[in-house]
Amino acid sequence: MVEFKEDVSIVLGGAAGQGIQTVEEILTRVLKLSGYNVYANKEYMSRVRGGINTTEIRISSKKVRAFVKRIDILIPFKRGVLPWVEKRLTENTVVLGERENVEEEYLSKINFVEVPLNDMAKDVGSSLYLNTIAAGLVVGLFHGDFEVLKEYLRKRFGSKGEEVVSKNIEAAKKGYDLGIKLCEEKTIGIDIKKDEKVRKEVLLSGTEAVALGAVAGGMNFLSFYPMSPSTGVAVFSAQHAEDFEIIVEQVEDEISAINMAIGAWFAGARGMVTTSGGGFALMSEALSLAGMAENPVVIHLAQRPGPATGLPTRTMQGDLNLALYSGHGEFPRIILAPGSIEEAFYLTAEAFNLADRDQVPVIILTDQYFVDTYYNLPDVDLGKIKVEKHIVETDKDYKRYKLTEDGISPRGIPGYGEGVLIANGNEHDEWGDITEDEELSRLMQEKRAIKKLETIRKNAMMPELVGKDDAKYMIVAWGSTYHVIREALETLGREDVAFMHFKWVYPLPEKVKELLEGKFLIDIEQNVTAQFAELLKKELGVEIHHRVLKYDGRPFSVEEVVEAIKGVLE
Amino acid sequence: MISPLVFEPERPGSKDIAWCPGCGNFGIRNILKSAFAELNLRSQDVVIISGIGQAAKMPHYINVNGYHTLHGRAIPIATAVKAANPSLTVIAEGGDGDMYAEGGNHLIHAIRRNPDITVLVHDNQIYGLTKGQASPTTMPGVKTPTQPWGVFEEPFNPIALAIALDASFVARTFMGYFKESVEILKKAIQHKGLAIVDIFHPCVSFNKVNTYEWYREHTYWMKGHDPYDREEAFKRAIESDPLPLGIFYIHEKPTFEEQVPAYKKDKTPLWQRKPKIEEIKKILEAKRAF
Ligand SMILES: Cc1ncc(C[n+]2csc(CCOP(=O)(O)OP(=O)(O)O)c2C)c(N)n1
Ligand code: SF4
Repeated sequence: MVEFKEDVSIVLGGAAGQGIQTVEEILTRVLKLSGYNVYANKEYMSRVRGGINTTEIRISSKKVRAFVKRIDILIPFKRGVLPWVEKRLTENTVVLGERENVEEEYLSKINFVEVPLNDMAKDVGSSLYLNTIAAGLVVGLFHGDFEVLKEYLRKRFGSKGEEVVSKNIEAAKKGYDLGIKLCEEKTIGIDIKKDEKVRKEVLLSGTEAVALGAVAGGMNFLSFYPMSPSTGVAVFSAQHAEDFEIIVEQVEDEISAINMAIGAWFAGARGMVTTSGGGFALMSEALSLAGMAENPVVIHLAQRPGPATGLPTRTMQGDLNLALYSGHGEFPRIILAPGSIEEAFYLTAEAFNLADRDQVPVIILTDQYFVDTYYNLPDVDLGKIKVEKHIVETDKDYKRYKLTEDGISPRGIPGYGEGVLIANGNEHDEWGDITEDEELSRLMQEKRAIKKLETIRKNAMMPELVGKDDAKYMIVAWGSTYHVIREALETLGREDVAFMHFKWVYPLPEKVKELLEGKFLIDIEQNVTAQFAELLKKELGVEIHHRVLKYDGRPFSVEEVVEAIKGVLE
Repeated sequence: MISPLVFEPERPGSKDIAWCPGCGNFGIRNILKSAFAELNLRSQDVVIISGIGQAAKMPHYINVNGYHTLHGRAIPIATAVKAANPSLTVIAEGGDGDMYAEGGNHLIHAIRRNPDITVLVHDNQIYGLTKGQASPTTMPGVKTPTQPWGVFEEPFNPIALAIALDASFVARTFMGYFKESVEILKKAIQHKGLAIVDIFHPCVSFNKVNTYEWYREHTYWMKGHDPYDREEAFKRAIESDPLPLGIFYIHEKPTFEEQVPAYKKDKTPLWQRKPKIEEIKKILEAKRAF
């Protein structure tokens, strides 16, 4: 018998279009409502049919929020899945499924439990029920709540008629009973505690957190051109556009998208674009316009590996430099990179206040791994969200670009007040009219690129310290690797290793330097050239001692990070 | 009617006009001021979003809100401004290079989208600000420093394109005809939906072919033309010499702002709105269940 305690990682693998997504959805929702902590993340190929896509679902007694390499239970829906995940198999891995989906050479390496899913489905009436049976089976293994499963199926298939519902329930029951039986027969043992509180928790994805955070922060205009992995935010927003009473428009290209978002802000709305590297590259001219015209704008940039089209459906943190340096001329910007789903919600909301206050582009950097991850969280605190608007009523002598001490000029909008305003992407005087005056050109450059930047830096958010501030080793990382590193540290259990996570990536607050002084610094990020380490050096003169980098398009796993840190400590 | 003087800006930066003496842009400025005045518009409620080029400097020389943006990008920005605050009168303005070359894709899709804006294209059949290169509307055979062999590309026909795309309002005029141009602009601004006005104007510095006289000799006013007849409009649109002037085509249809869900129930401009926290709560509640 193979026994799993506290934490099980289930991987479903199959072709695009085979319904893995359905199984994943049923499992995560039903198991969460049964009182288990769940985490899910998918990896997929850039194709609509075929190929191999997998989903990892972790079911655990305590909160789990990170990708692990290890597969405890594997359910292959087609041949080719085992070779695809070969490196993730252990001698404990249980493979549940049809014999025809398992290549001979693996039989000796795994614990194979043959379950005739197809025959069972045919018994119910059609091989269409295969997914529901598989889902029922896993829920059974966990002794999940069958009533919840039934209710879920009713909701999901209700629109297709009573017949379809009852057939699916029958299929689920068959799978469920088999799951229970496998436990009773002691083929598989699963020992995971349920937690009543989890039932009431929220199951949220990175994508949803960004979209909901944006709306909470007052976003009422979203323009975009589809590009993976950023499109999810547009899909979610569009599907709720009527409820939120916001504009969500798919436009002709990314150039139009960002110019529209800029226009929306100019007229006092709160605009955002959601895009990925290639799309963002097209936006760089308009980004510069926002810089020059001091026009707020919020950009969600979901990274994927590049350059060019790169690996369209995979993950990387390779666009930090693009976000930092895109655009011509010199102007400040703010770059944020949430580490957790809650943080994505709060930070995205806050991005709108920051853009409004400082009148600069605010870029939220996520990545495919982040947006496609979801897990249960207690709640998001809507009370924490404040919508702070900084629009002023104009008077007759209003000057859009008034020179001020802190580099921030009061921002009017057309139609509100007695004045008119001139915004301008050319160098301008205080009113906004074109100038080529030497003195004014200098003052305006300094206003934007020095004074304003310093104001932003003063208000920058500090990184989060996990562990002791006097630890000898300090890991630094940013964005989506947060939970993987946290779990790796818990696994390691060493007091002398701490972790500093940056959700505010640029401009870096001065004080960070002191916090990093005298430590052995380990930079962990998902790119080839250690872009964040370079930024630390450039901004604060901080030298990183060791770099752990990954750039194969796959997320860091907890195991990999543990190994990498151990390698440094010993 | 208010006085056109209201639209004369007092700002120091608006005094030194960068257009060449004798340029047709001055005439267009006067046409705009008169049109605004005759429509009784308040400076505060009008916004001119311009691209880049000599023509696109208009916001600096007229007393309304302005945004001098990027080459070719006036239309998407104007679209969003109107969507964010439909009570504003929004004009996207620029040259033929700005609107038809760099911004061509946006023009096409704006026609499809049909925001209630006026697209005013200063068509001097040349690039002015960059000193005399051919524009999409330069006539074949015209030699320029960058087309020394003479232009051989088929000129862009904005009128035919707009009618082909079923644009909401399509007109062409010549700034040398002041009163008629004011009337056309007024109608374009009042028109609900995207109105495109191609306005000929000589570039005295770089276009030695299409002069004031040339436009007078090679254009005529359409008389008795029914702008609601699309086929007839298209026939007129492909006439080449003389070139017809007037309103070619009108098709009243729903605007972008009328159709977006944001304004279905509530007409408050976006900038005055608060986030729908209740709706977020509902979604979060749903995420606790399934
Ligand atoms: C992206 C970009 N490309 C090129 C330019 C240079 N440029 C400025 S104005 C212009 C063309 C202007 O011609 P037109 O739009 O016909 O306006 P005009 O000056 O004749 O009024 C060009 C190519 C620019 N500013 N931005
Ligand atoms: S370059 Fe031509 S179009 Fe531009 S201002 Fe001078 S004359 Fe007018």
